[in-house]
Amino acid sequence: MPKLHWEDFKPGAVAIYGPRLVTREEIVAFAAEFDPQPMHLDEAAASATLLGGLGASGWQICCLLMRMIADGFVLDSTSMGAPGIDEVRWLKPLRPGTQIRVRATVLDTRASNSRPAMGFVKFQYEVLDDQDAVLTTMVSSTMLVRREAGAAQ
Amino acid sequence: MKFFEDIRVGDVFEYGRYTFTADNIKTFAVRFDPQPFHVDEAAAERSHFGALCASGWHTALAWMRLMVDYRRRMGEAMLARGEPIAGIGPALGFRELKWLKPVYVGDTVEYKSEVIEMRLSNSRPHAGLMTFRSTGVNQNGEPVISLVSTTFVERRGAKP
Repeated sequence: MPKLHWEDFKPGAVAIYGPRLVTREEIVAFAAEFDPQPMHLDEAAASATLLGGLGASGWQICCLLMRMIADGFVLDSTSMGAPGIDEVRWLKPLRPGTQIRVRATVLDTRASNSRPAMGFVKFQYEVLDDQDAVLTTMVSSTMLVRREAGAAQ
Repeated sequence: MKFFEDIRVGDVFEYGRYTFTADNIKTFAVRFDPQPFHVDEAAAERSHFGALCASGWHTALAWMRLMVDYRRRMGEAMLARGEPIAGIGPALGFRELKWLKPVYVGDTVEYKSEVIEMRLSNSRPHAGLMTFRSTGVNQNGEPVISLVSTTFVERRGAKP
């Protein structure tokens, strides 16, 4: 199957990836490895924090999002990686036992001026819970190979 | 952590170093970011990166772990001196994360943060908001990652 190229992404396009159940065990295991703060490790300690109870590390939400979009489309594309992340907002806690989905919206696309073989696709990603509440938003651009390198604009 | 009132714009926190190996790069990427140039040496050589390189999320998470460990050491030292310690977090998010150069096998990245803004929270009267820019620099002095994050820090006298 032909891979997704830069030209295949159109502004306004929306896709949903997941669902993915996030368990208490993986929240605690991720935190112990990467972000060992009490609010991600232990219910009693977490209830005394501003998080108000055990919740996943925001960075775990980012990693879950990355893996879900990798399986969703990135691994089927000509992705050349990302130059960075414009913005991530952790709006609501991700609690144990939540089933999450990712809604990906193409915000805009542009060809690269310096590298005619590639272009950028800017996405807004929203991590949704079972009730469609938005837990986290992320805006970032992915670099993709163009099907027709350096084609006239 | 220090209390909100004891942190100043311009304060710098130095977290230490993390070395990226083929093993830890692939172990991380297989779980979270299995793009070919992060999990497979041969595919990475054929890619625009030219060699196996770390997921940007790995470069970020190495910073996070070093920062949390640093804050814990700071808190333990304050407790040992008989000082109260401030609660920190959760973070609101981050912005302007830039992966400035690829991180390759054998690279050692040194991380630090500088406080760029301190302001009171409208929603949480017992906490303030600290905004800080964090950077990671490789063994050649080249910046490889930069980001700006904002987190709650407890104010003095906030505890009932």
